[in-house]
Amino acid sequence: MEQVPSFFETPAPPRFKGVLSWLITTDHKRIGLMYLFVILFWFVVAMFLGGLMRLELMFRGETLMGAQSYNALFTLHGVIMIFLFIIPGIPAIFGNFILPIQLGTDDVFFPKLNLLSWYLYVIGGVLALSTLFIGGPPDTGWTFYVPFSVGTNSNVSTAVFAAFVLGLASMLTGINFVTTIHRMRSEKMGWLQLPLFSWSLYATSWVQILATPVVSITLLLIIVERFLGVGLFDPDKGGDPILYQHLFWMYSHPAVYIMILPGMGVISEVMAVFARKPVFGYKAMAFSSLAIAVVGSLVWAHHMYTSGMSDTAVFVFSLLTFLVAIPSAIKVFSWVATLYKGSILMTPPLFFGLCFIYLFSVGGLTGLVLGAAGPDIHVHDTYFVVAHFHFTMFGGTGFAFFAALHHWWPKMFGRMYDFKAAYWAAVLVTFGFFLHYVPMFVLGLQGMPRRYYDYLPEYEAGNFVAGFGAAFMLAGLVLMLANLMVSVKRGSIAAADPWGGTTLEWTVPSPPPLHNFIQDPEVPDYPYDFTGIGAVKAKAGDAEVS
Amino acid sequence: MRQATDHKGKRLGMWLFLYTEIILFGGLFVLYAVYLAKYPGDFIQGGKDLSRLFGAANTLILLVSSCAVASSITAVQRDQKKLGLILVGATIFCGLVFLVNKYFEWGHKIHEGIYPGSEDLVYGEPGRNIFFGLYYVITGLHGLHIVIGMTVLTVAFVLVSRERITPENHVFLENAGLYWHLVDLAWIFIFPLFYLVL
Repeated sequence: MEQVPSFFETPAPPRFKGVLSWLITTDHKRIGLMYLFVILFWFVVAMFLGGLMRLELMFRGETLMGAQSYNALFTLHGVIMIFLFIIPGIPAIFGNFILPIQLGTDDVFFPKLNLLSWYLYVIGGVLALSTLFIGGPPDTGWTFYVPFSVGTNSNVSTAVFAAFVLGLASMLTGINFVTTIHRMRSEKMGWLQLPLFSWSLYATSWVQILATPVVSITLLLIIVERFLGVGLFDPDKGGDPILYQHLFWMYSHPAVYIMILPGMGVISEVMAVFARKPVFGYKAMAFSSLAIAVVGSLVWAHHMYTSGMSDTAVFVFSLLTFLVAIPSAIKVFSWVATLYKGSILMTPPLFFGLCFIYLFSVGGLTGLVLGAAGPDIHVHDTYFVVAHFHFTMFGGTGFAFFAALHHWWPKMFGRMYDFKAAYWAAVLVTFGFFLHYVPMFVLGLQGMPRRYYDYLPEYEAGNFVAGFGAAFMLAGLVLMLANLMVSVKRGSIAAADPWGGTTLEWTVPSPPPLHNFIQDPEVPDYPYDFTGIGAVKAKAGDAEVS
Repeated sequence: MRQATDHKGKRLGMWLFLYTEIILFGGLFVLYAVYLAKYPGDFIQGGKDLSRLFGAANTLILLVSSCAVASSITAVQRDQKKLGLILVGATIFCGLVFLVNKYFEWGHKIHEGIYPGSEDLVYGEPGRNIFFGLYYVITGLHGLHIVIGMTVLTVAFVLVSRERITPENHVFLENAGLYWHLVDLAWIFIFPLFYLVL
C-alpha cells in the first residue's frame, strides 16, 4: 500500500514538465495546493497592509502616511482579506483537497471547471493588485458604497471588476461542490454518514450559489454608473442610494456565513479527533449549518439601521439577527460537550481550535450588541464594529483556517511540522490578538469612528497599545508560516493517520495517491466512531510528536 | 471517473448555474419593482414610448427559437443528425435576427436623444431617466446573454456535425438548450415589464 506513488509524483503529459504540469492539472489535490500558495501570498500581503495601518495609528497625527494613502490601504486590506483570503480560504484549499477524499471518491464532479475557477481567482487577484499601479488604488472601503464609489477619481472600476471575477470563481466552486456531494459521494455513504466538514461545505456552497449573483450584478452596476452615468443610485437623477446598500448586503451578509461555516466544519472535525469521542449532537451540528445558511440569508439590513429604514423593518431584521445566534450557539455548546469527558490529546490543531471557540464566542456575543437596534445606534461605524468583526472573521475563520492548516498539513505534504514552534506561534498570535482588538472594543464604546487615519487625544492610549498587539500577531503569524514551510523539506515523515482520525481522508496514504483510494473505501456507519482505536492511536500520535 | 458518464449530474450542475443567472437578473428586477412603485406614471409613459411592434416581434422570434432548440435535442436523440443541425442553425439565426432588431430599436431611441446621460433624460423627469436607464441596462445584459447563448450553440453545432454529440451522449446540447431557454425566459419577463406597463 505504501508503494503507490503520491499525487506529487504523478507522471505528466510529455510536453508539460515541472510547473507546467501543475498549471494544466485537473487533480483536485493539486488545485487545492495551488490555491494554498496563492491564498497564503494574499494573506501575507494584506497582513502587512494591516500592520502598516496599525503603525500609522500608533501615534496621533500624520506619522507614516496621509489620509489618501490610509484610505487606499484600508480598502485594499479589506478587499484582499475578504475576497481573496477569507471567502475562498477554507473551501478552496481544504474543500478541494479534503472533500472528495472524505466522500470516498477520486475527484470533484467538474474537474475542468475547478481549474477554471482557480484561473479566475488568479485573474481577479491580479486585477485587484493592478489598481495599485494603474489609476490610483480605490479609496472607498471594501463596501464600495455609492455615491462616493461612483464619484471618486481612484480606480474603482478595476477593483470592482476584480471582485466580480472573484465572485464568479467562488460561485463556480459552490456549484462544483454541491454537484460533487450529490453525485460523487461513495454509494455506500448516506447523508447522515457525511463528515461534518463536508456538511459545512455543503451549506456554504449553497450560500455561494444563492447570494453571489446579487453582488455580481450590483458591482456591475457600479461600473455601468461610472462609465455611463445612468443614475440608478443617484438621487439627483431619480435613483436611491439606499437601494445599493440593500443589494450589496443581500450578498455580503450571507457572505460572512460563507466565511465562517467551513471554519465551523473544521472545528467540528478537530474537536472529535482530539477528544477521541463522537461529536456531540451530530445531527444538530449538520442541521444547524443549514439553519445558519437559511436564516443568515435574511438578516442583511442589520448593517443599515442608521441608513434610513422603517422601524418595522429594523424590528424584523433585529429579530432575525438574534435568531441566527441560536444555531451558532448550538455549535459552540456541542463543541464544548464533545470535549467533556473525552480523552483529550493536546496538539497544535486542537490548540488553535480551543482559541477559536473562545474568540468566536466573544465575536458572536458582541455581534448581538450590534444586532440589537438600540445599542447599535451608539456604536455604529465605530471601532466596536471593527473589533467585533475581527473577532469573528480573524478570531473565528482565521483561527479555524490555522487549525485546518495544522490538522491537514501532514495529510497534504506527508510531513509533520515542529510542535513547539507551532505552539509558540499560536500563543503569540492569540496574545497579540487580545492586545490588538480588546482596546478597540473600548475605543469603540468611547466613540472612536472607524476608517480615519487620525484621532482625538483621548483615544491615544488604546491605539498605542493596539500597535504592540499587532506586532505580536505579525511575529506569531510569520513564525507559524515559516514553521510549516520548513516542515515540507525537513519535517519527520507523517503516517497515514497521525492523529487517529476516523474519516476517510485518514485511511489513505499521506500524501494521497493520484486517485485517492487504492481500493474501494470502506464507509463506516458513523463517521466519528472511535470505538477500540482511540487509545492506541492516541499513543501512536504521541510517538509522532516526540 | 464516475462523472464522465453521469448525465444527471451534469444537468444538476447546469440547473444550479441557471439559478445563479436568474438571481443575476433578479437583482435588476428588484430595482425595477422599487422604482415602479416610486414612479408609476413615468413608467407607464415610458412603456408607451417604446415600440410594442419591435418588442412583440422579438418575443415571437425567441419563442420560435426556443421551440427550434428543443426540437433539435429530440432530433439528435432520434439520430437525425441533419435535422438536428438545421434546427440548431435556425436557433442561432433567430438569435441573430433578435440582435439586429435590438440594434435598430436602440439606434432609433438613441437617435431620438434618449440614452444614458443624454440631456433629454438628465434634465427631464427623474422617473423617466430611471425607466430608460433600467431599459438599457436590462436589455443590454439580456443582449449579452443572447450573444453568449449563440456562442454556446455554435459550439454545440460544431460538436453535432463532428459527431461528438451523439444520441447516447447529448448532454452538452441539452445544457446549451437549457441556457437558451433561460435567455428566452428572461425576455418573457422583460417584455411585459417594459413594453406592456399599461
